[in-house]
Amino acid sequence: MPSLLGIEELPRPEIEAILARAKDFQPLQNQPHKKLDTLRGKMIVNLFFEPSTRTRTSFEIAAKRLGADAVSITASGSSVSKGESLVDTLNTLAAMRPNAIVMRHAASGAPHFLSRYLETPIINAGDGTHEHPTQALLDARTILDRTEALEGLRVAIIGDIAHSRVARSNVHLLSKFGVDIVLCGPASLLPPELAHIAPGVTLTHDIREAIREADVIMMLRVQLERQHESPFPAGEYFRFYGLTLEHLALAKPEAIVMHPGPINRGRELSSEVADFQRSVILNQVENGIAVRMAVLERIIG
Amino acid sequence: MARLLIKNGRVIDPASGHDGIADVAIEDGRILSFGPSLSLPGADVFDAGGMIVAPGFIDMHVHLREPGIEYAETIETGARAAAAGGFTSICCMPNTLPVNDNATVTSYIVERARKSAVVNVYPIGAITKGSAGEELASIGSMKAAGIVGISDDGRPVMNARVMRRAMEFAESFGLPVIDHCEDLNLSAGGDMHEGVPSTRFGLRGIPSSSEDVMVARDIILAEQTGARFHVAHLSARHSVRMVAYAKSKGLPVTCEVTPHHFALTDEDIKAYDSNYKMKPPLRAHLDVDAVIEGIVSGSVDAIATDHAPHAGSEKMQEFEKCPFGITGLETAIGLSLEKLVHPGLITLAKMVALFTTGPARVLHLDKGTLAPGASADVTIFDTSTEWTYDVNKSQSKSKNSPFHNRKFRGGPIAAVAGGTVVWRRG
Repeated sequence: MPSLLGIEELPRPEIEAILARAKDFQPLQNQPHKKLDTLRGKMIVNLFFEPSTRTRTSFEIAAKRLGADAVSITASGSSVSKGESLVDTLNTLAAMRPNAIVMRHAASGAPHFLSRYLETPIINAGDGTHEHPTQALLDARTILDRTEALEGLRVAIIGDIAHSRVARSNVHLLSKFGVDIVLCGPASLLPPELAHIAPGVTLTHDIREAIREADVIMMLRVQLERQHESPFPAGEYFRFYGLTLEHLALAKPEAIVMHPGPINRGRELSSEVADFQRSVILNQVENGIAVRMAVLERIIG
Repeated sequence: MARLLIKNGRVIDPASGHDGIADVAIEDGRILSFGPSLSLPGADVFDAGGMIVAPGFIDMHVHLREPGIEYAETIETGARAAAAGGFTSICCMPNTLPVNDNATVTSYIVERARKSAVVNVYPIGAITKGSAGEELASIGSMKAAGIVGISDDGRPVMNARVMRRAMEFAESFGLPVIDHCEDLNLSAGGDMHEGVPSTRFGLRGIPSSSEDVMVARDIILAEQTGARFHVAHLSARHSVRMVAYAKSKGLPVTCEVTPHHFALTDEDIKAYDSNYKMKPPLRAHLDVDAVIEGIVSGSVDAIATDHAPHAGSEKMQEFEKCPFGITGLETAIGLSLEKLVHPGLITLAKMVALFTTGPARVLHLDKGTLAPGASADVTIFDTSTEWTYDVNKSQSKSKNSPFHNRKFRGGPIAAVAGGTVVWRRG
């Protein structure tokens, strides 16, 4: 695998291999000594043009647990603020010969565009409103920790779908495994074209309909920073699209609640739901490291 | 006396309805006559056997970037690209630096063209000062200096009241108003057509409605003011139907389409390749079908390229940061043959008309004809030679074309402007 740019173009066997390898790495997270030397002498650069706590830290820890060196750069204070173009910035970093560049950028397709000019493998850690492939992989790992297979599950993804790279990557991944995917959100954040981006997707504006009989409920953050206009009347979001405990009664008895974080208690889900026993938000974070170890090993190992 | 005899070609002259083998005799920059087996003592002879000989093609919508943005194109290089595409007349949009919104800039362009351009260059003036959409530009003075129409191309007039006044004024000077129809509120922030591909790519969409509502507005204003209203680069299906409706009502409404809008859909866009980024964006299949249907049924008056050169550095960026526009002069004939003539949708004569009498009529140009006495602008092309477009060999200063490496069957062979062969396929 030369680069990991998105889930859409990633073949299913590749996904299965990463998920299986991530499972091998899971026990390591609870060991007192957590470090392997699989990638000793290798180096990754984390280049984040957007603020990130969990993804950047997760990649950094994943690299270090495999014995690689990791350097993290954030856009503020970098040459970007001095007017250098993105291609020139990446060429400069590539000249320092890292084994891979992990990159997050606010522009959809930025890593795809760069990969045409760069030989260094690029791992997409989120590009605009397009894809966030490692998030979908860790979400799949988290679901599979609680069930045998993805096939036949009903997964509801609720919130700001239009601006969500997490939603797009999850839709592509789950669709490849025959999952029944329901996308739910206010009309302005749920363009009808979404029903056609992958097989098995249906849309609804009714959160109850989305949750009914769901095995997995994925809540998304309302991405205020990506909205260029007010997409719904002020104050109405939580009332119609916030997840509450009473909604959960509509789902399957063992249904789990997921969230890519950071969560906004009282905006997209109630505080009780965040702390709910079948909320697996922290398991997702934990799996993030195992999955990113598997991805790094596959790309530069 | 400079004489040129173009022999043995199939002469297609829509203005006279002629379509048949003939020779074309040219003397001192004027057409002497065309007919069978002409002789012209002392003339240079161009053997056009197996080729089509037509009046010089007119591209009524190009961007030449001079003055002000000469690193992307100049009048000289743009004119050479035009000749290499088989065009002998081009009309340049006013979005230069400074904007062509007064007679001084118009005169500068006319003068630069006279000195450096191998083809005829007709400036189009701005509708409003600085194309800012507020105060009318010096339309009358620009007309006196040589403009053939007005347009705030790329920065459309959003204020309907300003557009109404512009139409009234343009009408009194006999100028057409050419509008890049785009409601900037509906299209704000968009990078490509709003549809399934934009949703997949996570790119913000430009809905067809942003074009439709402005076409509707301008047709209504054209009826009210009596102005000649011309829709630039028509791309959306409802817009095509509205133009057809306006024509059926006898309104002075015309339109042009670009080759890329009938050759490509939004599904052809290579992921995040900015050579597929332009306005209006590549639309959906249904829109492309409607555009082609508009050409076939006669609703479309002209094919124009919207040749929009951008320097490589500008296009080598994140998709959303790249400027809109692609080059198009050198691929227009090839694409028109491929998509319209070869499939049998229109005749060759019809294609020639869309490049000659069509635009000449919209702009009231005394071009697009091989009538005796007309200026000797001739386009020679063929319909069978296989060739591959190599953007690196383009005559344009810029290389932003999605058609690099595309194989064509038939294309331009030579361009004759004012009786001189200004380009010939090497």
